[in-house]
Amino acid sequence: MSLPDGDGPIFAQIAAELANQIADGTVGEGERVASSNEISAFYRVNPATAARSLTVLAEQGLVEKRRGVGMFVAKGARERLVQERRRGFADRYLRPLVVEAARLGIGLDELLGLVREELTSVEVTTGVKA
Amino acid sequence: MTPAISAAGLERRYRDHRALADVTFEVGTPCITGLLGRNGAGKSTLLRILAGQEFATAGRVRVFGAEPLENDTVLRRMILVRDNQTYPDLRVRHAVAAASLLYPNWDADLAGTLLDAYELPPARPIKKLSRGMRTALGLTIGLAARAELTLFDEPCAGLDGVARALFYDQLLADYAAHPRCIVLSTHLIDEAAELLDRVLVLDRGRLVLDAPADDLRGTMTSVTGQAGSVERLIAGRTTLNRCTLGTQTTAVMVGRLDDRDRELADHLRLRLERVTLQQLAGYAAEYHDRTVLTAVRTP
Repeated sequence: MSLPDGDGPIFAQIAAELANQIADGTVGEGERVASSNEISAFYRVNPATAARSLTVLAEQGLVEKRRGVGMFVAKGARERLVQERRRGFADRYLRPLVVEAARLGIGLDELLGLVREELTSVEVTTGVKA
Repeated sequence: MTPAISAAGLERRYRDHRALADVTFEVGTPCITGLLGRNGAGKSTLLRILAGQEFATAGRVRVFGAEPLENDTVLRRMILVRDNQTYPDLRVRHAVAAASLLYPNWDADLAGTLLDAYELPPARPIKKLSRGMRTALGLTIGLAARAELTLFDEPCAGLDGVARALFYDQLLADYAAHPRCIVLSTHLIDEAAELLDRVLVLDRGRLVLDAPADDLRGTMTSVTGQAGSVERLIAGRTTLNRCTLGTQTTAVMVGRLDDRDRELADHLRLRLERVTLQQLAGYAAEYHDRTVLTAVRTP
């Protein structure tokens, strides 16, 4: 298993990956997250790097340590991540979309049409249990 | 705490040739350190001196606080697995049995697992092993010895991709369970990059880079695009390498990029690419006598 070829430090990339899993519900609240040794083996990275990624999540209050058992997803972690990402949504996704559309000469109506089309054609797993 | 390794002003001369010059560093434990550099950079010489298998011409080396040379107490706490290690006229199981007597932390189960994993036939004479299999035997002994200081000189030479992946996995698993000081020299830098805590780069006998591996990521970026746009982004920054093809320029710049730099790059339609550890080690060797690498050394 390898990480996408990002340019931040590895521990930050792994932390982001783990946060993704919490945000999309792959790892539910109260569930145990992988140990640093499991992360180290899975991503084939130094155990210190793996441990550091868990520290990042703990500092953000997304996971909490239960002594002698491991790290668990904190209560409200998913909700907080979702709120955070909603706030960053425009910057992260809309701006590049709008910029590229302008470069290609795609007008507003056409763009909205494309978004609608895309919405009907994709199935998104959100992790929210219906 | 006493560092696992400390070297100060280490020098090694062979007649007119200076294999090591003024090498000074310390490595603590637990830690996985990558010793990088081109052929003839002095990696093997340094490892042999650490292992007490060679004399330094000048300077001093300490392993767990003691001089390793002819020091049995220290030598039992460490192992050097050499590239193309030669063995006496033995069979695989004899070499393994001999090693088991030599190293106090020897793990016979791990040795058995590795022999199986590398498909090494215990009864086969070592002379009849292929290059890759001989390397695998060295790795088996090196890991199963579980020495407090484990030195691997080009551990993957002659190994195929599957066997190398197996080694990286076994190394990490055993290190996670039994943290210790591991130093590995390698040419396959990018493959091993994420295993490392620490990076040492030797070039023509000199230590040109000594930094935590995580700090090095993102300290250099390659920028590609229209020449004028590239110049705008890299204005006022240190650049190492430039090449031009038609109107396209690629420059390698030193220093971290922030979000505004990325936005500007996007605006200017520049392509940003991560400089890998392999490339970074190359630049460190090429430019070490200039101050351009300050940003890399002290991130």
